[in-house]
Amino acid sequence: MTAISVNRKTYEINATEDTPLLWVLRDELGLTGTKFGCGIAQCGVCTVHVDGMAVRSCQMPVGTVGERAITTIEGVGETSAGARVQKAWLDLEVVQCGYCQPGQIMSAAALLAANPDPDDEAIDAAMAGNLCRCGTYVRIRQGIKHAARS
Amino acid sequence: MPRDPEAMQAGTLSRRAVLRGGAAVLGGLFIGIELPAGRARADEPQAAGAALSAFVHVPAQGRVSLIMPAVEMGQGVYTSQAMCMAEELDVGLDQIEAIHAPPDREHYGHPIFYVQATGGSTTTMAWTEPLRRAGATARAMLVAAAAAEWSVPTSELVTARGVITHPGSGRAQRYGDVADRAARMPTPADVPLKSPEQFRLIGTRARRIDTPDKVVGKAVYGIDVRLPGMTFAALTASPVLGGKVEHVDEAPALAMPGVRQVVVLDDIVAVVADNTWIAEQALRALDIAWSPGANAALDQAQLWADTETAATGPGVTVRKEGDATGKLAAGALVEAAYELPFLAHTSLETQNCTLHVHDGACEIWVGTQVPGYAQAGAAQVLGIPPEKVTVHNHLIGGGFGGRLEAGPIVTATRIAQKVAGPVKVIWSREQDIRQDMFRPLYHNRLKARIENDRITAWHHRVTGPSILARWLPPAFKDGIDSDAIDGAAEPPYALGDMLVEYVRHENGVPFSFWRGVGPNSTVFSVESFLDLIARKSGADPVALRRGLLQKNPRARAVLDAAAAKAGWGTPLAASAFGARRGRGVALMHAFGSLLACVAEVAVTDGGDVRVTKVVVAADIGRIINPDTVVAQVEGGVVFGIATVLHNRITFAGGRVEQTNFNDYRLLRINEMPTIEVELMASTEKSGGIGEPGTVIVQPAVANAVFAATGVQLTRMPLDASLIARSV
Repeated sequence: MTAISVNRKTYEINATEDTPLLWVLRDELGLTGTKFGCGIAQCGVCTVHVDGMAVRSCQMPVGTVGERAITTIEGVGETSAGARVQKAWLDLEVVQCGYCQPGQIMSAAALLAANPDPDDEAIDAAMAGNLCRCGTYVRIRQGIKHAARS
Repeated sequence: MPRDPEAMQAGTLSRRAVLRGGAAVLGGLFIGIELPAGRARADEPQAAGAALSAFVHVPAQGRVSLIMPAVEMGQGVYTSQAMCMAEELDVGLDQIEAIHAPPDREHYGHPIFYVQATGGSTTTMAWTEPLRRAGATARAMLVAAAAAEWSVPTSELVTARGVITHPGSGRAQRYGDVADRAARMPTPADVPLKSPEQFRLIGTRARRIDTPDKVVGKAVYGIDVRLPGMTFAALTASPVLGGKVEHVDEAPALAMPGVRQVVVLDDIVAVVADNTWIAEQALRALDIAWSPGANAALDQAQLWADTETAATGPGVTVRKEGDATGKLAAGALVEAAYELPFLAHTSLETQNCTLHVHDGACEIWVGTQVPGYAQAGAAQVLGIPPEKVTVHNHLIGGGFGGRLEAGPIVTATRIAQKVAGPVKVIWSREQDIRQDMFRPLYHNRLKARIENDRITAWHHRVTGPSILARWLPPAFKDGIDSDAIDGAAEPPYALGDMLVEYVRHENGVPFSFWRGVGPNSTVFSVESFLDLIARKSGADPVALRRGLLQKNPRARAVLDAAAAKAGWGTPLAASAFGARRGRGVALMHAFGSLLACVAEVAVTDGGDVRVTKVVVAADIGRIINPDTVVAQVEGGVVFGIATVLHNRITFAGGRVEQTNFNDYRLLRINEMPTIEVELMASTEKSGGIGEPGTVIVQPAVANAVFAATGVQLTRMPLDASLIARSV
């Protein structure tokens, strides 16, 4: 049996080690804020933090997590960058259907934690892996800059 | 198609369903589904408190429940519907709770479409007045109950934020205090509505009520439902469209730990397991022999060719004014054909449906644009009365027309029927694309006669399938699909003698509504053709359009606003992306809204296109929540850019060639233009805005590419090889 730390809480996992972290979070732990979108790391809706780095959880076997700290959309508000991004997303009404936004917020929070004042190029580099079918990119860019200033 | 006797009352439907202006769009109905006649069981979450109407429940304590007839899929209608009710009810948006409406056509049937559906950019135009009336009526009942208790005339009472006050005596009580008595009072008729100058909410930038839960991962979409003892199912259909299962050895899947069951239907194989991952892995372990059936030779080149051939065959006349045919035979002709591809919906939430079939009943947890069809479709599969099917509707992770069909819910029901206990059926991305009902192929042929730089005759022939004929036969009148020809029949321009025709052509590929519907093909074609005429006659594209709008000042004002904001006619700055630059314009009148768009592009020597700037001006009549309107335009523009630059579904050997986001590309943030939106002040009737942004940007981009390269492409999406510098 594997144990992983998610949002500062330790969970004993029944799933086999090759099971992607995404499905452990969603199906076993009930942390459904992390979404499924493509299964091949093309859309980014499954993005979580592993020791603060943005990672596509659909591609990470749970057996490779080890001692590293997992943070999901349910827990990222406890971090400064995460809380600022979540507030900016509401201040600017970034969200439409919202299905991709947990992944967008996780990528944006990881960006801000590493780069407090990202320019457009840095935003493109950090966010290009996160698709939004509703097309909220204008406000995602504004939201990151708004969060950086807050 | 509906065989519901009420729905077949053509008198009702011809008036209510067949609205001009893009409104003739609603939920896809699964063939053979019969709609339930009466009220269904209540949905979760339950509306709390005393029911003042189907829309307003007031509890003794806590938030007022407002029941939402149109579903929230990102377009902001939970907020705009709540604003309409709260405006007249005199409560704040922070004092309400939005409740998903259950399947119940009697109360929540669409005022235009009659059936219970959310689509066609119609929520604001259809529901604004009924919901304001519901709020006003509930307020009148609450005030009447308080007035009776205090023995004062209702005219002496004032209301604000859920409190009734009698200024003369200083008495006050909350709505919750009188709700029970108010609910027992007769419902007053013809309660007056506020005049616009009395609005406190409508027209303001209200904060959305659905988004706080969405940014913290608390929002529950259909795919997030969890039930005790739930299992998880993955499914596959035949790679060849319409193929059937010939043989499958279940053993390799059943041998895998965590696999519970293999379900084999005639056209679907599903694996039920302890989690989604195991189910998907076990499904891949199966060697399924498929019988390809009639579509084994289905091929994209043939599909295009068949449509083109059909376009030369007999059609029906949609509009005829003057003698366009005669004038066009006389020469000075411009002629072109524009072809639009199959498209997939690719909402990021893949199709999914959770069901529990037990004891002659069925519970469904799903996000759907058509809750009534979900209920009816499942009931039909199970052979039980619709009232035995409970539909718990959910937030939708992207609709775009893809959840206007009951098809996936019917498929999931057929699987769940064979499974003990609750089961969540999830489509992989690959299956979501493969099993989609696509935006159909459209072919538009246009001819115009030019005399002395004026258009004196116009012929537009639209060829494509009829979605309306499939699910709402009374809306398919005289052989005309009013959606397919929307945007062609009544363009905003004066184009001389007019002939507009429709050729119904269906090719066996499943088709359905897709964001922008008919105008995606007609407006693209009209606006592309006008730029071709401008090029051939040496006219400026904006000046040409202005000349055609002398009798349409409202449309011309929108065009002028976009052109001015975009700096039309000024030199384009250099772009690092590509040396060839161009600006394109387009104008539309559909969905009850007028939009003009100017797009700027940069094109590389290799023919790659980057949209660098988009300006949209919109006159959509009276606006409920302006910030949401801007967001819908921005999002629609992004959706449309992906469409015109990247998107197509193609068939080879009967198989859909695209599989996932690696070969069905959505726009990414690094490909984004700047987007500027100007909303024109207007007191006209509200139009729709969920779809127009998608429609209008596509021809604007194509026209900008034409300006940049001198090449007008006529089959979408844009093909880099045809605009490479060497060509």
